Amino acid sequence: MAINRRRDYQLIEEIVSEGARVLDLGCGEGDLLLALKRYRRVKGYGIEVKEEKVASCVEKGLEVHHGDLESLVGIYPNDSFDYVILSRTIQEIRNPQHVLREIVRIGRQAIVSFPNFAHWKIRFHLMFKGTAPKNPALPYEWYNSPNVHYLSIKDFYKFCASHGIEVLRAEFFTGYSKVSFWPNFFAEEALFLIKRAE
Amino acid sequence: MNPMDRVFVSTQKAVFGEGLELESGRKIAPLEIAYETYGTLNENRSNAVLICHALSGSAHAAFWHPDDRKPGWWDAFIGPGKAIDTNKFFVVCSNVIGSCYGSSGPLSINPDTGKPYGLDFPVVTINDMVNAQVKLTEYLGIKRWLCVIGGSMGGMQVLSWAFRYPEMVFSAVPIATTMQHTAQQIAFNAVGRQAIMRDPNWNNGDYYGKEPPYQGLAVARMIGHITYLSDEAMNIKFARRLKEKEQYGYDFSIDFEIESYLDYQGDSFVQRFDANSYLYLTKAIDYFDLASDITPEKISRIGTKFLVLSFSSDWLYPPSQVEEIAKLLEAHNKDVSYCCISCDYGHDSFLLYNQMQERLIKGFLEHLLSEV
Repeated sequence: MAINRRRDYQLIEEIVSEGARVLDLGCGEGDLLLALKRYRRVKGYGIEVKEEKVASCVEKGLEVHHGDLESLVGIYPNDSFDYVILSRTIQEIRNPQHVLREIVRIGRQAIVSFPNFAHWKIRFHLMFKGTAPKNPALPYEWYNSPNVHYLSIKDFYKFCASHGIEVLRAEFFTGYSKVSFWPNFFAEEALFLIKRAE
Repeated sequence: MNPMDRVFVSTQKAVFGEGLELESGRKIAPLEIAYETYGTLNENRSNAVLICHALSGSAHAAFWHPDDRKPGWWDAFIGPGKAIDTNKFFVVCSNVIGSCYGSSGPLSINPDTGKPYGLDFPVVTINDMVNAQVKLTEYLGIKRWLCVIGGSMGGMQVLSWAFRYPEMVFSAVPIATTMQHTAQQIAFNAVGRQAIMRDPNWNNGDYYGKEPPYQGLAVARMIGHITYLSDEAMNIKFARRLKEKEQYGYDFSIDFEIESYLDYQGDSFVQRFDANSYLYLTKAIDYFDLASDITPEKISRIGTKFLVLSFSSDWLYPPSQVEEIAKLLEAHNKDVSYCCISCDYGHDSFLLYNQMQERLIKGFLEHLLSEV
């Protein structure tokens, strides 16, 4: 079985410790969980809203709950997982504030990756074309996009600071290349390792 | 299927002279259990799968009996290459106690009188049904089931197994079921029982050898059947179509196809089911209340893996109620998968062939073999 090796997935595999308990919110067909199970021997759980994808996860031997992650994150006790993963999903959920608070409650740590809306191409697209931006990380038209909340790297830092969330690690990249200089301008995607501040 | 390719099976019987102590404090002795098995038990006895049947089911879950018009009740999911693959698993299905298909029930002969028990048969519970299955498990030399699977009343048995005998249940698949019968669910069963008990032929359950309460049992089945279908299913199948008529009869004969269908369901059910068994089994379902019996200590003992399934159009055991099972277990960090399958056929969906249910059960089971 071919395993999807997205850059954010590679980083997550690097971060997640051996044998951890992991919850992947919006786990899709379970590619990430399967990779983590194979390479990190994790105990993997997922939440997925699409029935077909739930079946794919079960076929891979993964534990998955069919339903809406926004209402389901609330059912787990504090610190149920070593890592809660929200990979390229935050921009699609209705109440990110609630979900981000919950993931640092139910997870000892959480990993959040998202497309950076302040990337220079998007800024230029808006400025010069004057239409809703599209790029490989945001490949939709305004009218069919699943994305309902757009955020930048700077926004995410500000959110963490104002919500008692500590940033343990931040990675910025465009495609497979790391971006170190002016990430909020040059990085198409970001990945954060966070936890609730003590 | 070509009739020449049919695989024939037969129902076997195990008799336990010591009998079975019941939750009510009463006892059934001797205890008889009718069961069928398919496939082969492997050397380390790790591939045994128990199928638990619903209200009107029997031990005949798959393949054919010589006089069958249809194969066993879950043949769509049990067989070579099917969701529960008999080339890989040793599959057992036993008739619940209180039923009328070979296990001890009101139809069995009371050794004290030499006549059928009728209402002298003790009232049984879902836990009693499972305790009887535990005896069969020991009799078959099985220490632990790889999986216990069942829908509806069968799902209640699955939950009773997993919560009370977790060390004997490696995995469990409760389908379209609940931890606790609610007032509305009890109400439907109560009306079914009233229909039987208000039939003069019922005669306090003493009708064996006489005219049975067919009218009451037929009405009970009709009510039950309505709760097993859905608005969508009835619209697809019948809509407002008239039965062999161009216009309304303006009388009280059968006008609509749905009326004729229910009539048929009622009449064919009385040919195959015992009215007293209907009372006993619906009572067992109504008494089922695992939810109030759950303690954190009991849950912490559970190492069983779960696959919980519901159906979108099931209003008898609606998805939200079924999902509570998964949520409860997840809140205690248990290994659980849950899926609500889109299907229009109401509660009965779990009995009908459905590709999604096949994928989920097959996928779940295939991974278990590598884990034990």
